[in-house]
Amino acid sequence: MKSTKKRTKFEKPLILFFVFLSAAFLFPIYEIAMNSLKGRFFIADDPFSLPTEETFVGLLNYTEGIGKIGFFQAFGWSIWITVASVAVIIFFTSMTAWYIVRVNNIMTSGLYYLFVFAMIVPFQMVMFTMSKVANSLRLDNPFGIIFVYLGFGAGLAVFMFSGFIKSIPLEIEEAAMMDGCNPVQLFFKIIMPILKPTAITITILQTMWIWNDYLLPYLVLGTDYKTIPIAIQYLRGGYGSIDMGAMMAMLVLAILPIVILYLFGQKYIIEGVVAGAVKG
Amino acid sequence: MQKTIKRYFFVFVFPTLLAFIVVFIVPFLMGIYLSFTEFTTVTDSTWVGLDNYIKVFQDPTFVRAMGFTGAFTLVSVISINLLAFMIALLLTRGIRGTNIFRTVFFMPNLIGGIVLGYIWQLILNGVLYKFDRTLTFAPEYGFWGLVILMNWQMIGYMMVIYIAGIQNIPGELNEAAKIDGASRWQILKNVTIPMVMPSFTISLFLTLTNSFKLFDQNLALTGGAPAAKTEMLALNIYNTFYGRTGWEGVGQAKAVIFFIIVAVIALTQLNISRKREVQH
Repeated sequence: MKSTKKRTKFEKPLILFFVFLSAAFLFPIYEIAMNSLKGRFFIADDPFSLPTEETFVGLLNYTEGIGKIGFFQAFGWSIWITVASVAVIIFFTSMTAWYIVRVNNIMTSGLYYLFVFAMIVPFQMVMFTMSKVANSLRLDNPFGIIFVYLGFGAGLAVFMFSGFIKSIPLEIEEAAMMDGCNPVQLFFKIIMPILKPTAITITILQTMWIWNDYLLPYLVLGTDYKTIPIAIQYLRGGYGSIDMGAMMAMLVLAILPIVILYLFGQKYIIEGVVAGAVKG
Repeated sequence: MQKTIKRYFFVFVFPTLLAFIVVFIVPFLMGIYLSFTEFTTVTDSTWVGLDNYIKVFQDPTFVRAMGFTGAFTLVSVISINLLAFMIALLLTRGIRGTNIFRTVFFMPNLIGGIVLGYIWQLILNGVLYKFDRTLTFAPEYGFWGLVILMNWQMIGYMMVIYIAGIQNIPGELNEAAKIDGASRWQILKNVTIPMVMPSFTISLFLTLTNSFKLFDQNLALTGGAPAAKTEMLALNIYNTFYGRTGWEGVGQAKAVIFFIIVAVIALTQLNISRKREVQH
């Protein structure tokens, strides 16, 4: 066919172009990985040269950096806060969204618009007052912050769950109610399984947000409990006192889990993000 | 059925609503009130009317941050969407390795803002060092540094949205255009672009709001240096709250203005773009 011929004619230069572009996209990652193996004083001045016998320090930056910022603790808090918050958000907001869609009155539609409204309010609008409220209610610890994330994650999650629930036919639920299910059983036995694809999308979006979030946990937790972004910002310290070696090593360690997760689930992650964008 | 479900308000809605009210609604309303007062903690406020708002516009750093943010948003929105759309066009030609390229281009989007900032600080300073300059030498360096960073982060994200849009165009449309003797350019202009309008709406919305609200990347890359000349609005508000005692009320007034600008931009853009979408 004509079109396939044309395609193959352009294929080689196009592939070549994309190979170069991919290399350019991967270059920053390569840079921090390569520099993390160099002594701290050989990084900032000359970040593009490979480690030499003189500048190579093996994994020293890693061992020092891990000690300096308590990397494993930060990693643990990041995992705990992300997993627990996302689980809590999915569990409670799916229930809320179902109620809002199925019980149709002024109160529920008002609530719906409040949740949508929350999505466009920038965090700076509420950061000061929210952190004061969180402090006074003793939510300023790695457990209380989950409640904070439920409140902030509710907007997007309720909005997306509602969009999907509207497309579920009522007949299924009516039949289940006839068979004597109460709303709680009905929701967990019948609705929850149907919501799974949307739940996966929301899980991906909220995980990316909470895992990388800096300002909210910093304002709520301070530096008593550091998540990874807080630990990295903490490493910067005052002006001019930055340990470049440790910084490079910690950047690599911060990225590594995300990249590994991404390589295994890239299909779901990209699909989830697209679905989230299209519906959001 | 509605009546039965309605009785379960406490189970389905209460937990989410409580969190939402405590960490969002209450801080939001407090924030609006406090913007008309002078305070250092939220309990010692005295009413000062519009004083804070007057101070906001007399504060040269805020006006400058607004200009910087506006210029940055304009340049990034255009460059990101243009490049992402071009890559998406080339990547939907069915060449070998499409999936690998897509995976690579999307990856930076998973990395958090703080980490991104430090990665690019290393690379850009490394390049500038060869010319005896640093990122914080002049505000232009920080500006273009942020633009490059933002492009690297968001091109892949917008690209996957455009790819999804392009793949949704029915094949017959392109075939019919070809049979009618339309050139490549005509097909792009009269078929592809009108058909992917919904993707443009979403991508413009996401790049606009993300660029305008940028905080983490700004904080990590330059921290506002030199002399707060690369401070964007979000960072300027943060520094007013936490860097200048006695200015909390002004910070809150800035946050209210910031919120209004974001809301107006988001709603206008959505309205304009939705009108231009092809009706199905």
